[in-house]
Amino acid sequence: MRAPLLIAAAALLAAACAPADEAGPPSQTLVNGLPCTKDKLATLTAGKITFGTDQPAYAPWFVDDDPSNGKGFESAIAYAVAGELGYAKEEVVWTRVPFNAAIQPGKKTYDADINQFSMTEERRQAVDFSASYYEVAQAAVTLKTGKAAGVKTLADLAQYKIGAQVGTTSFDAATRIVPSQQVAVYNTNDDAKAALTAGQIDVLLLDLPTALYVTSAELTDAAILGQVPGGQGRREHFGIVLDKNSPLTGCVSMALDTLRGKGKLKEIEQQWLAAQGTAPELK
Amino acid sequence: MTSDVGRERLAYKRSRARRSTVVALLSTVAFAVVAWFAVTGSPGWPRVRQSFFNADVAWRALPGVLEGLWLNVRVLVVCGAIILVLALVVAALRTLPGPMWFPVRALATAYVDLFRGLPLIITLYLVGFGLPALRLTGIPNDYVVLGGIALILTYTAYVAEVFRAGIESVHPSQLAAARSLGLGRRKTLRLVVLPQAVRRVTPALLNDFVAMQKDCGLISVLGAVDAVRAAQIEQARSYNFTPYVVAGLLFVLLAVPSARLADAVTRRAATRQGAR
Repeated sequence: MRAPLLIAAAALLAAACAPADEAGPPSQTLVNGLPCTKDKLATLTAGKITFGTDQPAYAPWFVDDDPSNGKGFESAIAYAVAGELGYAKEEVVWTRVPFNAAIQPGKKTYDADINQFSMTEERRQAVDFSASYYEVAQAAVTLKTGKAAGVKTLADLAQYKIGAQVGTTSFDAATRIVPSQQVAVYNTNDDAKAALTAGQIDVLLLDLPTALYVTSAELTDAAILGQVPGGQGRREHFGIVLDKNSPLTGCVSMALDTLRGKGKLKEIEQQWLAAQGTAPELK
Repeated sequence: MTSDVGRERLAYKRSRARRSTVVALLSTVAFAVVAWFAVTGSPGWPRVRQSFFNADVAWRALPGVLEGLWLNVRVLVVCGAIILVLALVVAALRTLPGPMWFPVRALATAYVDLFRGLPLIITLYLVGFGLPALRLTGIPNDYVVLGGIALILTYTAYVAEVFRAGIESVHPSQLAAARSLGLGRRKTLRLVVLPQAVRRVTPALLNDFVAMQKDCGLISVLGAVDAVRAAQIEQARSYNFTPYVVAGLLFVLLAVPSARLADAVTRRAATRQGAR
């Protein structure tokens, strides 16, 4: 306990004594006594940071399935975090990592994976999560001409066949709405959309930004019924996934906290998820 | 009556057999010990054990996976029965002789070529999402039924070929003999050809049956929750792969009786041929 304290004190002293033009980096770049600067970070490739995400990468989180263009909410967040840690745009490398590969226990092919991962205590047993970069709500989508079109309450919603993508918190939300009836589960949201269009399910649960994108750009004959509350009143947060006990976790979280402090997170959110909050809450 | 030499030979043979059993046992144990230490001594073992062989997670996943497996079994039994009947019909149509039946033969051949070639997953998507999207009345909209139709379409093509091979393996002299007894074409097929054909292809049929046991779960792409999907749901919840191991073991347990049955049938056929 004493050694870090001493170092911290020495660092403070050094900072206080140093002439103004030689001032070191701001003290926030120290996490657990370790500096969060590019040259000190133990990334896969020295001097570069590798971000992972799935393929295809969906809007509005990414644009044109190209994470490296800096467009889309999560791409922008990744570049902002990298910038905060001292990486230039061209020092950010992207790799495609399927869900199962991202969470397997072996050696990781990424430094940090950003892919709408909802943080839960249970999942923390297997991977590290950064600080939250987005608070997400779930939304119910249905065809305008469908049977469930007029639904106003959660109790009404429970009368209909609900579907969701496997492994998502949308699926968990669906099972909470209708514990009695089996929820239809799909590999991807694309499959689930096909099932909705084919009339095999009446309602599709998606996270709100995806729901807004789907109803405005992909299924124009579909509409959002409303937001679905999270489990036990807890809000759901997206975090960046890192290897369990990764030395980078603290630094990535610090970068996100700094971005939040500067108002940059809000800014990125408004740029890419602007239509947020237009759906009523189903009760 | 065995001679002393004969008894001695028998005793010697027995002792050799016992010896080879002991050697096999010892070498298996030694191999297992080496493999065990190689795996558990590896640096990543604690995390692999935590992620793949976690008793708590396995216990939590079991009810869901079992419920999923029940769906697999039901689909397997119903589809299996329908496939047997349809495949026999298709095989019979494919082997109809004479120019008059050419369109029927061509149709049956085209069907087999198409559905044996088409990957099951694509058939599932086409039938599962394509058929109901037509919005015709009378088309079922239940994903288990639609998935079952896709399975039947695909596996009937496979099994029909197995039956055809059996039918064509029956020697022409058998047909001539049947004809000389005054049996008609249909009776020849039913009384002479099919019994021999089915017996010959039983091992191949059981092989297809085991393959289908595992493919039944693919209907989960249409929304149904089978054993593998139930495991996936648990896995996504906990980021732990143990549920897959649980499902895998259950599938192996399910396949073992079929495999033993196939072995027994093959053995019986072999003995019968040897005895002939």
